[in-house]
Amino acid sequence: MLLNQFLLLAAVLFCIGVYGVVSRRNGVLVLMSIELILNSVNINLVAFSAMTGAVSGQVFALFVIAVAAAEVGVGLAIVLAIFRNYRSVDLDDVDLMKG
Amino acid sequence: MSGLLLAATQNADAPVYVAQNIAFGIIAAMMIFSAVRVVITDNVVHAAVYLVMVLAGAAAQFILLGAEFIAITQVLIYVGAIVVLFLFGIMLTKAPMSGTEKLSRDNWILGSLTSLVLLALLGYALIDGFGRDKLPADLAPTNTRAVSDSIFSTYLVPFEIISLLLLAALIGAIVIARRD
Repeated sequence: MLLNQFLLLAAVLFCIGVYGVVSRRNGVLVLMSIELILNSVNINLVAFSAMTGAVSGQVFALFVIAVAAAEVGVGLAIVLAIFRNYRSVDLDDVDLMKG
Repeated sequence: MSGLLLAATQNADAPVYVAQNIAFGIIAAMMIFSAVRVVITDNVVHAAVYLVMVLAGAAAQFILLGAEFIAITQVLIYVGAIVVLFLFGIMLTKAPMSGTEKLSRDNWILGSLTSLVLLALLGYALIDGFGRDKLPADLAPTNTRAVSDSIFSTYLVPFEIISLLLLAALIGAIVIARRD
């Protein structure tokens, strides 16, 4: 197996996630797209770990999983707070600091 | 997509791992299809279910790469915990179960252009940098003991910081989400 096939798969998933972050209006769906991005980073880390034979990549993938869990917890709490104040999770409504 | 298929079929001058490559191709196609459905579907619950398929596919790729501990952790934490959290978020924010409310912006052309340009740049850089690099032939499963040894010796301080981060995120999520 080539290293590049995993890296290109991760790149495709990353770009799909970026598209989701840019184009979605629902806060929960934006968080899901961020999960896609973090997941593609994990694929890269594990692929390089398999390439070099060192376990550091796998350790960092574990760290990324833990950070993703924390991020989803805080992110969904923020989305819930937005929903309570605006009665919607449409991110276009949240323009209080827009100049 | 075509670059992936090209990469999967072009290792002619090496022992060809047909089974692994076919498995990779099927799982990668499933992952990309599901990821696209996550970002374009009009139903929030469907998006969560497609996200499960992407995450499970990533776990399968980790097994192909011989990282079985990461794969199990991926299934436990992502599929087991994070998706359930997403479903609770969908339930609590009363997101529409059908396409009655707009979930995407109108300027999706600009967004897709951005991501396609990014994909072209990344693809060019990857093919240029790692053109035909091969993974080691014997991708034996990594010893989980090696991973844990590494966590608890070399990366002990980051591990403790991660636990502090999780505690802070727990308290922060409660403080932000509670109604008072």
